[in-house]
Amino acid sequence: MAKEKVIAMPNLTTPNNPVTFNEAICNGCNHCVEVCQIDVYIPNPEKGKPPMILHPDECWYCGCCVNDCPRPGAIKFNWALQHRPYWKNKATGVVHQI
Amino acid sequence: MSTWHEYLKTQGHAPDWPYPVSYDKEQEIDADVLVIGGGIAGCWAAIAAARQGLNVVLAEKGDTVRSGAGGPGCDHWCNAPANPLSNVDPDEWAEHMADRPYCNGIGLQIQCREDWDTLLEMEQIGGKIRDTKDEHKGAQGRDEKTKLMISPRYTKVHSYVPDMIKPITFKSNPDEKLNNVVIRVWGSTFKPALKKECKRLGVKIYDRVMVTGLLTDKGVQGGRVIGALGFNNRTGEFMIFKAKATILAAAGGGSMWLINTELGGYSNMMSRTSTGDGTVMAWRAGAELTKMEATGMIGIATGLKHKWYTGAGDASYENVPLVDANGKRLPLPIQGWEDAGAMMPSMEVEKKIREGIKSGEYALPFYGDFPGMPDAERKATWRLMLGEESTTRIIIDTLNKAGYDESRDLLQSYKYIEGNSLPQWRDAGYGGGIVVDWNLKSSLDGLYAAGTQMFSPEDHSYCAATGRYAGRKAAAYARKAGAVTVSREQIDREKVRVYAPTKRTSGMDWKEVHAGIARAMQYYVSEYKDENLLTMGLGTLQKIEAEAVPLMYAMDPHKLMRSLEDTSLLTYAQIIIEASLARKASSMPLSFQRIDYPQLDPPDWNHFLTIKLVNDKVKTGKLPLTFWGDMKKQYEAYNKDYTGVYKVK
Repeated sequence: MAKEKVIAMPNLTTPNNPVTFNEAICNGCNHCVEVCQIDVYIPNPEKGKPPMILHPDECWYCGCCVNDCPRPGAIKFNWALQHRPYWKNKATGVVHQI
Repeated sequence: MSTWHEYLKTQGHAPDWPYPVSYDKEQEIDADVLVIGGGIAGCWAAIAAARQGLNVVLAEKGDTVRSGAGGPGCDHWCNAPANPLSNVDPDEWAEHMADRPYCNGIGLQIQCREDWDTLLEMEQIGGKIRDTKDEHKGAQGRDEKTKLMISPRYTKVHSYVPDMIKPITFKSNPDEKLNNVVIRVWGSTFKPALKKECKRLGVKIYDRVMVTGLLTDKGVQGGRVIGALGFNNRTGEFMIFKAKATILAAAGGGSMWLINTELGGYSNMMSRTSTGDGTVMAWRAGAELTKMEATGMIGIATGLKHKWYTGAGDASYENVPLVDANGKRLPLPIQGWEDAGAMMPSMEVEKKIREGIKSGEYALPFYGDFPGMPDAERKATWRLMLGEESTTRIIIDTLNKAGYDESRDLLQSYKYIEGNSLPQWRDAGYGGGIVVDWNLKSSLDGLYAAGTQMFSPEDHSYCAATGRYAGRKAAAYARKAGAVTVSREQIDREKVRVYAPTKRTSGMDWKEVHAGIARAMQYYVSEYKDENLLTMGLGTLQKIEAEAVPLMYAMDPHKLMRSLEDTSLLTYAQIIIEASLARKASSMPLSFQRIDYPQLDPPDWNHFLTIKLVNDKVKTGKLPLTFWGDMKKQYEAYNKDYTGVYKVK
């Protein structure tokens, strides 16, 4: 069995994934890179692939990238674990969280 | 593979910077009117100036299509008393709005007179302002003839707390009908339409350009403003804008007391891009500022609290009753038709709720009872108000996709279980700014201001109306402006300052410097202020400037932007302290408490405190609380040539 290559890297800034991409739907048009207020993304070095989240710690969750994506489902808003909201079914009282 | 570490892991090396980097390379652009900041005020300013047939240039730190606080959307078009459903006279309403100490009577008068016209122009260029598809039939406030949707906000008086302002019978509304001055709008359509109109009119837009300083005639502080300097935050290219008139329409200073990106991204009331660059460049050029000592606590979205500020206090949460965990209705206002848009409980109600929680009368957590609302009201609040407001569209969409059904489910509120904000979590973005006259001209020739760049700014429609007005006035000035001398020395000095962090590869990064500034502000410029604390704060900030800033490093043009934003925050913070030292009195409306001068609002201090640099020395002064004079008369004297709604050519 081939040995897995392990690279040395520092801890990542968290939360690290303000959005997730569906590579089957995203065609790498980079519209999200353009609408982002603060340049969280850079285009993927490989054309046609989803952009790279370079500055996740600067994201303020305005949602423009997801709202304006021309291919629905290509980007999904991904709340940080500590910010995921709750709701309760009024009739059954069952509580849900994202 | 959309994260940096995945790329590193699979490729074995970090990705190259995707844009060609050209530090030091210069690009020169000439304009009749230069607009700095492409948010709501900036776009409207550019449009208004371009409609006068002038050569207009717009520089924006992000991308104009969605940048700024109003970029993602807007749900309330506030203070449009000239709309056809209004029952109050615009001038009388403006007077009422200005009946608050330390407001901006000039901006309010402009807003009340012109923001209905501005909204009609918004519609002309593609913004949606009416329920044309009949989606909200049956919602209160909807007018079948015009299809406009009136909001319950301010339907009695301008107040967020019930009974804070005594009922007023307006002369223009003797029968006390609902005032109908606030309109519900589909603001997510606005920003792309504004950018499109800018382009149609030939405005030259420079996106991803951070402006760092103003050019003045002969490079002299206090001289006429003749353009600006900056750089492209993707390529690093240096930009020299020469202009006959310049309009500052950037953001106020945000996040000066707070930074902790690990607690939920850059979660704050404003995005990282709000760093007060415009105010600071005006200050360095010698423009007069005021109200810089005013700061306020941030109640929500600090990253330490929940981003989703459900319930009373959320500006879009109209008509939603709040219930406890057992379904018992809470006495909180619902900012709806029944309480004329009041959104904050009175102190008595707040006390009653807190006591009720302890005694078991009210069980936590609390919920927004969306299912309990009439269908049409629920739809208007969920889809229109929350769906169109700035950062909430993504929240409701994500909730719905995850299975939340607003007709079936109660939405949890975090109020009372997440704790109170600390007095050290503050914000300055909505207080201080540039002093303007009835032309929205600053104290410097050639320099105009609009939106949140002015002192005491208000909401989205205020930014739109004042931007449009400033564009008109700056254009008139540009037509007559005489010759000027650009100082090469001023350009070279700014280039050295701008590129300094790129010359280093280690030292201190922007986040550490930002956190250092925030800590100094938390300690010394927060709940308690006195001469000693403020002086210590100034000393700490000066030490950061002398010792930390020269260590800053930036590995690419983006981090260079963040580093230079820190220098804006650092100067902004020092102006706040200088103004705080100069105001030797406490003040309720300024949320300003001096321990060494405890008397609240003594008559001698009921004036605007102005502050500016003269030969690099801080000079303070004062202006009467209503320095603008008779609002109606002054507005009319300055706007005899106003032609109303633009006729599309």
